[in-house]
Amino acid sequence: MTAPLQTALIIEDDAPIRRFVRMTLEADRWNVVESATLQQGLIDAGTQKPDVVILDLGLPDGDGVDLLRDLRGWSTVPVIVLSARADEQDKIAALDAGADDYLTKPFSTGELLARIRANVRRAGTSLRLEARTFRFGDVEIDLEARIVRKGQADVHLSPTEYRLLAFLVGNAGKVLTHRQILQHVWGPGHLDRDHYVRIHMSHLRQKLEADPAQPQHLLTETAVGYRLVEDAAESK
Amino acid sequence: MAPERPDPDRLLAEVQAEEAAQRRGHLRIYFGASAGVGKTFAMLTAARQLRDTGTEVVAGVVETHGRRETEALLAGIEILPPRTVSVNGRSMTEFDLDAALARQPSLLLVDELAHTNLPGSRHGKRWQDVEELLAAGIDVYTTLNVQHLESLNDVVGGITGIRVWETVPDSFFDTADEVIVVDLPADELLARLAAGKVYLPEQIEHAAKNFFRRGNLMALRELALRRTADRIEEDVQAYRVKRAIAPVWKTEASLLCGVGPRPGGEAVIRNAARLASQLGVDWLAVYVETPRLQRLPASAREGILRTLKLAQDMGARTAVLSGTDPAAVLVDYARSHNCAKVVLGRPRARPWLRILPSLISRVGALAQDLDVVAVGQVESAQPAAPPTTAEAPDDARERNGRRLRAYGWTALAVAAVGLLATPLLPHFDLANIVMMFLLVVVLVGVRLGRGPAVLASFLSVAVFDFFFVPPRFSFAVSDVQYLLTFAVMLAVALVIGNLTAGLRYQARIASTREDRSRAVSEFARELSSLLETDRVVEVATRFIEAQFHGRATILVPDDQDRLDASALAGFEGAEEGTARWVLDNAQPAGLGTDTLAGSRCLYLPLRAPMRNRGVLILKPRYKHLLLAPEQKRQLETFAYLTAISLERVHYVEVAQQALLRMESERLRNSLLAALSHDLRTPLASLVGIAESLMQSQPPLSAPQQESAQQLAAQSQRLASLVENLLEMARIETGGTTLRRKWLPIEEVIGSAIKSARPALGNRPIEVSIGRDTPLVEIDAVLIERVLYNLLENAGKYTPHGTRVRIDAEPEGSSLRVAISDRGPGVSKGQEEAIFEKFTRGVARESNTPGVGLGLAIARAIVEAHGGRIFVDPAPDGGASFVFTLPLGTPPSGPDEAEAGSSAQRTRGTAQ
Repeated sequence: MTAPLQTALIIEDDAPIRRFVRMTLEADRWNVVESATLQQGLIDAGTQKPDVVILDLGLPDGDGVDLLRDLRGWSTVPVIVLSARADEQDKIAALDAGADDYLTKPFSTGELLARIRANVRRAGTSLRLEARTFRFGDVEIDLEARIVRKGQADVHLSPTEYRLLAFLVGNAGKVLTHRQILQHVWGPGHLDRDHYVRIHMSHLRQKLEADPAQPQHLLTETAVGYRLVEDAAESK
Repeated sequence: MAPERPDPDRLLAEVQAEEAAQRRGHLRIYFGASAGVGKTFAMLTAARQLRDTGTEVVAGVVETHGRRETEALLAGIEILPPRTVSVNGRSMTEFDLDAALARQPSLLLVDELAHTNLPGSRHGKRWQDVEELLAAGIDVYTTLNVQHLESLNDVVGGITGIRVWETVPDSFFDTADEVIVVDLPADELLARLAAGKVYLPEQIEHAAKNFFRRGNLMALRELALRRTADRIEEDVQAYRVKRAIAPVWKTEASLLCGVGPRPGGEAVIRNAARLASQLGVDWLAVYVETPRLQRLPASAREGILRTLKLAQDMGARTAVLSGTDPAAVLVDYARSHNCAKVVLGRPRARPWLRILPSLISRVGALAQDLDVVAVGQVESAQPAAPPTTAEAPDDARERNGRRLRAYGWTALAVAAVGLLATPLLPHFDLANIVMMFLLVVVLVGVRLGRGPAVLASFLSVAVFDFFFVPPRFSFAVSDVQYLLTFAVMLAVALVIGNLTAGLRYQARIASTREDRSRAVSEFARELSSLLETDRVVEVATRFIEAQFHGRATILVPDDQDRLDASALAGFEGAEEGTARWVLDNAQPAGLGTDTLAGSRCLYLPLRAPMRNRGVLILKPRYKHLLLAPEQKRQLETFAYLTAISLERVHYVEVAQQALLRMESERLRNSLLAALSHDLRTPLASLVGIAESLMQSQPPLSAPQQESAQQLAAQSQRLASLVENLLEMARIETGGTTLRRKWLPIEEVIGSAIKSARPALGNRPIEVSIGRDTPLVEIDAVLIERVLYNLLENAGKYTPHGTRVRIDAEPEGSSLRVAISDRGPGVSKGQEEAIFEKFTRGVARESNTPGVGLGLAIARAIVEAHGGRIFVDPAPDGGASFVFTLPLGTPPSGPDEAEAGSSAQRTRGTAQ
């Protein structure tokens, strides 16, 4: 479970939001640092060594995406973006710039905590991800032998489907944009072919999900990308 | 290997032709050697059979000539009433083209393809009516006799001694999809004639007796069969090329036909056309205008241009060339256009001229490598020329005046020299005096041309003889040597005169050409800087009026494709209906064309690459100006330049509007984004604070906890209300641009169920997606919103625990998605109203949250995608909300082996 007194940095200009996020996180035994501006946020990210950053995209002194690019130059700390904008393009831009996850305002505190937990855990485990096997639901993936099992039976995946699955597993919990998936699985020459990802994702769901139309693990982030969640409860 | 491959351009043309053919009606011609072979009978028999299988057959024109058997066949076929036309006070009937177009039958019977329409009809000939019917997608059956075929017209005339005026161009005959030969041996036909089974109009009965001779009929039969055989061979050839069975390409050699001023040129043209089609090559027809031909009377020149027009109608490219030596010009032109054969008319036998080489032998001598085909010219069978357009009288008068003045000046000049030379006579030798006369002859030749030069030489000889040569003041000549002086003087005058006249002619031609090309370039330059339609129209009108000496106007359709008829006010002779027809059919009409040739104006469509941009109407002062191919081409160039400019201006306007729209959209979107930010931020705090209140330590008392819960629930409700209002605002202001992507519908259904889960509570959801449901091109966010709203709706109006079904499957050319519940259903009469804004299901009005925006939003989104949304009663009670999304052609998926992997099981492990 969460280690005591991990540090979360909130970069958000709206004081009431800062206040309830602090209340929520402190109730969950987090040490909370608040910044109201982009400048202050960058300094805090450097000096406070946070375990997670919660970043509002619309800051008075600049765009949160710029901060992300700067931050990613020297830190891999999980970043969860808060956005009041419904426009998916902004979320995609933030994710492509290095954000790990996003929440659209208004969001529930439970959802915020779940996302923080998932991302912090993944950041902690990614270092030892030479782990041979990965599980979600009744699916088991042997990353060394490249064998995928569902229940007791072997599942047969095409090479591309396997590459796609492996990429999702390597970034479990994180939202991956279509662009990131295309770049990684198909290579930089195919960036405009979103439908490749969609078709293969649909194949993966048919092979691995109990009900492909109501997936529990291989989740769609509409118009943004996909996310693999290990625990079905976390998808809420 | 390369030569085995069909030429890609030709294949493309083939594909385009096939596409055009699909839209075009199907043409079948019943083709016979003469009247009486039973073409109409055969046509009606076939039509009846088709009608019996359920095809809609309408008879446009069927000439039964009162024959009972034929009339019996017509029974039961719908007959299109003819149009009544009054000609010179007599009322006559004519095929009603507009009624046929309006009736739109699958098959129309139109007898007598070669018929000439009554004056005042849209087209001069019936075959042009048929052409328009075919273009409108109506199938046509028609009949045709061999002597009415343009290229065989004179041959038949030669055989039978009877020439007919009504002809159908071969090019049209060759576009027929099917030609059915109706054949009857000559003897049988004669027997039928004897039995009175062949109808003959009274006025030609006498001629017909000569016509229906056994020899004639056999020759006609042979012609008809051979012409059909030629056609079949063409079909076979086209087939071979298409299938690349054996490439039979010749190099693009073509055939050049020279048109001369002598009558009988039509026969040469027809021969050349026949030869070209037999050889399967393009052909060109040219007329070389020499200074001598330039002086021909206007009517003769018009005759030549008409011959050229005939050549054009028969598929030739035409040109008027100029030069002093026709043979050299022809050879040059043939070389530069890759023509291996030159077709020329054989001159009449004129034994006394045998010393002078004929044009044919001169062409042969100049170019040994060219094949020269000499064609006999039949002058006797030349039909009387159709009424010609008389030359404008003032034009002729002006030219005559100029000519008279030139001769006057010549006489004056010679008289002046005579006066000038008189005082010199005692001091100079006569040989030197004559030089002064020679000088004046040369000068007159240079300044005034050949005719005056000849006059000058004769006058000079006369004056010299009368006033200077002894005995003076008498035309008697004492010394024989002066006769030599006279002869030399006359010869010099003629040579110089001819030479200078030729030079002047060349110079004039060159300057005319330069004028033309300068006019085009000036016109293009002037147009290129314009940015408004009105200005383009104004400049183009001005230029065209100046160039073509007449009145011009340009009609440009407005946004609703209407023509402004008021622009024609004061433009005598121009009709809006004709302009409309030209715009719709992209065909020229009026003066000098095939359509409404009787009009005083020429209507040209302004054809631009994307579409027709308008109609140019020109009423030339001199009609013959438009007959010359060069002039016509010049006018077409002007029309094209105007069309291009209009199109350019149009796109400039489109671009500006798009820019404006983008700008306002950007403004609107940023306004909405700001609004949504400002509304959502406090809502986010409200929701968050309420929730954290619920979890605060130490725990709240029960009533406090309940208040906190209420606070959280109410603020959530407020949040979703704001969400809907913002969405509606976005749609209402037209600010929704669809971000369409190709995706499987189950993806959107899955994420919609996930987001709607809290609203649905414990209701189970069943999803069934048809196998082979293709990808759809949709805006995922918006369609998810539609599904969410429909699911949320089900959550609001159905009892807890009842099942909700989602079905998606392709249905025709769209995808049908249905969300069915087991709730109370939608009350009758409310099916439409519930999709209106702020309308809510009447059931349980009070205790259901929401303001009735959900379904209105869903409808707006579905309609923006080009689909429909409606409500049906569900099969097991409740309501079924259905929406459709159009299916398109999805992009090709990842490569086959990859995409098909779900079906293709290969190995236990993935590589």
